[in-house]
Amino acid sequence: MAQAISPPEAGAGTREPSRYSSDAAGLGKARAGVFMAPALLLIAAFLVFPALWVLYLGLTNYRLTGIAAAEPQFVGLDNLLDAVANPTFWSSTWLTAQFVLGSAVIGQVGLGFTIAWLLRDRRGPLKRVVEGLVILAWILPSAIVSFLWVALLDRDGGTLNALLGIPGTAWLLDHPMLSIIVFNTWRGTAFSMMLYGAALANVPPSHLESARLAGASGWQQLRDVVFPHIRGHILTNLLLISLWTFNDFTPFLLTAGGPDGKSEVLAVHVYKVALQGGELGYGAAVSTIILLINLVVAVFYLRLLRSKK
Amino acid sequence: MALRKRSMGVVAVITAAGLGLAACGQSSGGGGETIELTIAQNAIAGGKNAAAAQYIADWVIPKFEAAQKAKGKDVTVKFVPSGVDDEQYKTKLSLDLKSGKGADVIDIDGIWAGEFAEAGYIKPLSELVGAEADSWDGWAQIPEAVQAMTEFNGKKYALPVGTDGRVLYFNKNLFAKAGLPADWQPKSWQEILDTGAKLKSSGVPVPIQINAGTAMGEATSMQGVLPLLAGAGGEVQKDGKWTGASQPLKDALGLYQKIYGGGLGDPKLQQEAKGRDKSFQQFAEGKIGILMEGDYFWRGVVNPKTGVAKMADRDQAVGYAMIPAIEPGKGIRGQDFVSMSGGALRTVNPNSKHPKEAFELLAFTLSPEALKEETKDGNVRITPRTDVNKEILAGEPLLTFISEKVLPVTAYRPPVALYPQVSVALQEATAAVAGGTAPDQAAADYQKKLEGIVGGAGNIAS
Amino acid sequence: MTRFVLGRIGFYTLIAVLLAFFTIPLLWLVTAPFTSDPTYEVSVPDFTWDNFRAVVEHPYALPSLWNSVVLSVGTAVLVVLLSALAAYALSRVRLPGRDALLYALLLLSSIITGTAAMVPLFQLAVELNLIDSQLGLILILSGGLLPAAIFMLKDFMDATPKSYEESARVFGATPLQIVRHVVVPLVRPGLATIAVWAVANVWGNFLMPYLLLSDVEKQPAAVITYTLYTEGGQANLSMLSTFGLLYSIPVVLMYLFVSKKYGFRFHGGIKR
Repeated sequence: MAQAISPPEAGAGTREPSRYSSDAAGLGKARAGVFMAPALLLIAAFLVFPALWVLYLGLTNYRLTGIAAAEPQFVGLDNLLDAVANPTFWSSTWLTAQFVLGSAVIGQVGLGFTIAWLLRDRRGPLKRVVEGLVILAWILPSAIVSFLWVALLDRDGGTLNALLGIPGTAWLLDHPMLSIIVFNTWRGTAFSMMLYGAALANVPPSHLESARLAGASGWQQLRDVVFPHIRGHILTNLLLISLWTFNDFTPFLLTAGGPDGKSEVLAVHVYKVALQGGELGYGAAVSTIILLINLVVAVFYLRLLRSKK
Repeated sequence: MALRKRSMGVVAVITAAGLGLAACGQSSGGGGETIELTIAQNAIAGGKNAAAAQYIADWVIPKFEAAQKAKGKDVTVKFVPSGVDDEQYKTKLSLDLKSGKGADVIDIDGIWAGEFAEAGYIKPLSELVGAEADSWDGWAQIPEAVQAMTEFNGKKYALPVGTDGRVLYFNKNLFAKAGLPADWQPKSWQEILDTGAKLKSSGVPVPIQINAGTAMGEATSMQGVLPLLAGAGGEVQKDGKWTGASQPLKDALGLYQKIYGGGLGDPKLQQEAKGRDKSFQQFAEGKIGILMEGDYFWRGVVNPKTGVAKMADRDQAVGYAMIPAIEPGKGIRGQDFVSMSGGALRTVNPNSKHPKEAFELLAFTLSPEALKEETKDGNVRITPRTDVNKEILAGEPLLTFISEKVLPVTAYRPPVALYPQVSVALQEATAAVAGGTAPDQAAADYQKKLEGIVGGAGNIAS
Repeated sequence: MTRFVLGRIGFYTLIAVLLAFFTIPLLWLVTAPFTSDPTYEVSVPDFTWDNFRAVVEHPYALPSLWNSVVLSVGTAVLVVLLSALAAYALSRVRLPGRDALLYALLLLSSIITGTAAMVPLFQLAVELNLIDSQLGLILILSGGLLPAAIFMLKDFMDATPKSYEESARVFGATPLQIVRHVVVPLVRPGLATIAVWAVANVWGNFLMPYLLLSDVEKQPAAVITYTLYTEGGQANLSMLSTFGLLYSIPVVLMYLFVSKKYGFRFHGGIKR
C-alpha cells in the first residue's frame, strides 16, 4: 500500500540562523514554513497521496468491476510491459507528440503570445472583445464545446464547409489530427495570452522606451528587452501547457479517438481503457508513463531556457 | 464495515438512530421509527429518462409510503437522480458500491450483472432478503429468457425492469419510389442487399445503415455485428468458450464488406464521433432506406412528439421487419429470424440497512399496477411481465410486433466481466472491414485480440 | 507615414483573422438556442424563446449554475490565497530542494487530473467523510491546482523588486503586512490570472463533481449538462445549446468584472 508522504515542512529542521541577504521582507525560514504549510498540507493530502496511490495501482491488475475489483493482484511491471508491447500505445505516443508540439507549443504559446503582444498597449473595447472571445473559448465547458466544433467541422451542414464552399469535406475523418490540433489551439490559447499579458505588463515601460529611443525595431525590442524579462514566464508557460496538453482528453469528445485510432492521443487512450474499459491498473500504468515522458520534457525545457542565465 | 451508507448528514443521523432497531433482526418497523429508503436510477427530471424520474417522484414514492403507512410502518423514500452517460453512471455506481455506499434500490444494465456480482457489488437476492425474493409473484409472469438476464452462476441477483428487441426499420416512402413493397420482410441477407441496390438506383443516398466501427460503441455491437453473428448461426460466447475467427463471424463481416465496400452504406458515417446521432437525423430526413435499430428508435428517436429526430408521419412512413438469418434456418438455434436484446435490472444494494423494505419497494415498482402507471401517456415500453404487456402494448403495433414476433427469437449477450472488452474488439473488426480490410483478415485480427483479452487460445472455441 | 498606415492595416487584418477564428466556432451557440429544432447546422434562427422557457422550468438547471459559482469561486479564492503565501515564501527564502520539490509536485499534479486517479480520490473522500460536501470537493480540487498556481505565481513574485519590502520592513511592517500591502498590489495581474485559471478549471469539470457529489441539488452545471440526453444517449440539442449559452454567461461576466476591477495589467502607483 502506498504511504502518504508527510509534507516536506521547512519549519522543523531549519532552525539555523536565517540569512537576511536574499530575504528582503525578513521572513526567515520558520515563517516561510508557516506561509507554505496550508498549501503543502492540501497538496500532501489531495495530490501527493492519491498520486502515489495511482502509481501503486499501476503495478496491479485492478479493475473497476469483476473479480479483479474484489481481489486485485500485484502484477509488478506487467502493465508497463504490456503497454510497451502494444503498437496502439506507440502510435498514441507519436500522436501525442504531434498534438503537444502542434497545439500547445506552436498553437497556444505562439498565438497566445502574439495576441498578448499585439494588444499590449491597448485599452478599450477592441482589447476587451478580443480577450473576451479568446477566454470564452477557454472557459466554456467541454461538453458544450464539442457540439460547437462538430457544428463547425461537420461534413454535411458544417459552418466551415459552408463558408469555404466545399460541402462534403470530412475534416474530422480525413484530417483528424489537424482538426484536434486547431481545436485545442482555439480552446487553450487564452491561458498563454493571459499569462503573457500579465508578464508583458510587468516589463518596465522605461526599458522599452529607451530601446525605442535608441532606434530598436519591434523585433529587436522583443528580443533584447522583452524576452530576457519574461524568460521565466516562457519556461513556466511551456512547461504547464505541455503538461496539460499531454493529459488533455477533450479530443475524445470531437473524434472519439478515431477514425481507427488516428487521433487517439495518450490521454484519450487512458480515458478509453480506464473509464470505458474499467482497466484501472493498466490505465494507471499508462498514466505513469505519461508522467515519465513529462519529466523528460520538463528537463528539456529547463536545459533550454535556464542554462542561458 | 463502516456504518456509513448514506451521504447526507441528516439521513445518517436518522439511520444511526434506527440502527439499534435494525440490529434487533426483524425489521418490522414498529415503535414509530422512520425507515429511510433511497432509490437510484440513471434518470433525472428535465433530462435523461425524465419521464421515469417524474414517475418515481410523483407516483411510486407517495403510493409506496402510503401503502407502508397502511401497514403501520413509517417509511420515507428519497429518489436519487443521475441521468448521465451509462459508462459514467456505471463508474459512479461501482465506486459507491465498493465503498459501502449507494442507494438502497439501484438500477443496473443487465450486461453489468456478471461483473458486479464477481466484484461482490451485488449479492443474490435470496441471501439479502430471504425467501421472499424467490417467491415473488411476478416471476410467474416473466419469460425464461428475461429471467436469465438476472442470473449469474445460477442465482438471481435482481428483478428485470424490461427488455427490448432489434428490427430493420425502413422508409416506406423511399421504398415506394423504388417500387418496393410496403410490407417488406427479407428472408435472407441477399434480399437485403438486393433491396439496397434497388434503393440506390432509385437515388437513395444511403440505402442501408448497419452500425459499424468503434465510435458508436455498444450500438455497433447490439445493432450491428451481434445480430448479424446470430443470423449467421454464431454467438459471441457459447458454453464458456468465446467465438474466434469462425465462419459465422466471417459471414457477418462479409455482409459489412458488401454494404460498405459496395456503395450501399456510408462508411464515413460509421467513423464520426456523432455518427449515430447523424444517422438518426438522416433517416428522419429521408436519406436512409434501411436502418437496424432497437425499439428505442421508434419510441425515442422518430417519435413525432418527443423524439430527437422527429418524423411527423412516423406511423405511415416507417416500416419494420424482422432481421433475417443469412439464409432461412441458418440462424442460431436453426432460426429463420434473429434479434438481440438487453434490458435493465433493479436490485437491492447489499449495503442497505433495510433490505426487506428495500425489496418491497423494488417489487412494488414492478407490480402490474406500477408498470401500467409508468407506461401510460406515451411512455410505453416492453415490460418484463407478460400479463402487463398484453394490456399496455395493445395500441402499439411496433412494440406488439417485437413482443410477439421478435422476443421469441432473440438472444442475450453473455453477462460476464470480459464482455465489454470483447465487444470493443468486435467493433474494431467491423471498423476495419468498413474501412476496406478483407473480412477474413479482420476476423483473424479479432481472434488475436480475443486471445489477449480472454487469456489464451484455450478459452476460444476452435 | 506609409509604414505607419501599412502597420495599421496589418494590425487590423491580423485582429480580424483572429476574431474570425475565435468567433466562427461560437456561432452555433448563438443561433441554436433560438431555433426550434436545432441540428448541427448553423442556420438563421426562428427566434423562439421556448428553449429558454424549458431551461428555466428545468428543476436543476439554474440552481446548478449557482453551485458552479460556489465551487469555482471557492476553489479560486482558496487557491489564490494559499498559492500566494506559498509562492511568496518560496520566492524570498531559499529552501533546500525547493525547485526539485516544485517540479515533482507539478508532475504529480498531472496524474491527478487524469482519469486513472478517480478511484484513489473517491476512496480518499470516503475515508475523510468528504463525499457529498461542496467544501470537500473544493479542498480536493484545490489540492490538484495548487502546484501549478504556486509555480506560476512564483515567477511573478521573483520578478517584483525587493526594495519596497526592505523599506516597508524598515518602517516596522510584519511579513504578513508586507505581503498584503506591498507584494499583492505588485503581482495583482498574476493573482487575477490564477483566479480566472482556477475558475475555468473548475467550471467545466465534470468527473470529480459527479463522482463526489451524489446529491443532485449540490451538483454543478457541468454535471447537469451531461444529463441533457435521451435514454439512448442522443443529445437534446435545444436544451444543450440553450443551457450552454446560459452556462457561459456567468464566466464572461466574472471575467469582465475581474478584468475591470483588478486588471490583467500593472496598475500600481509605483514608477520603476
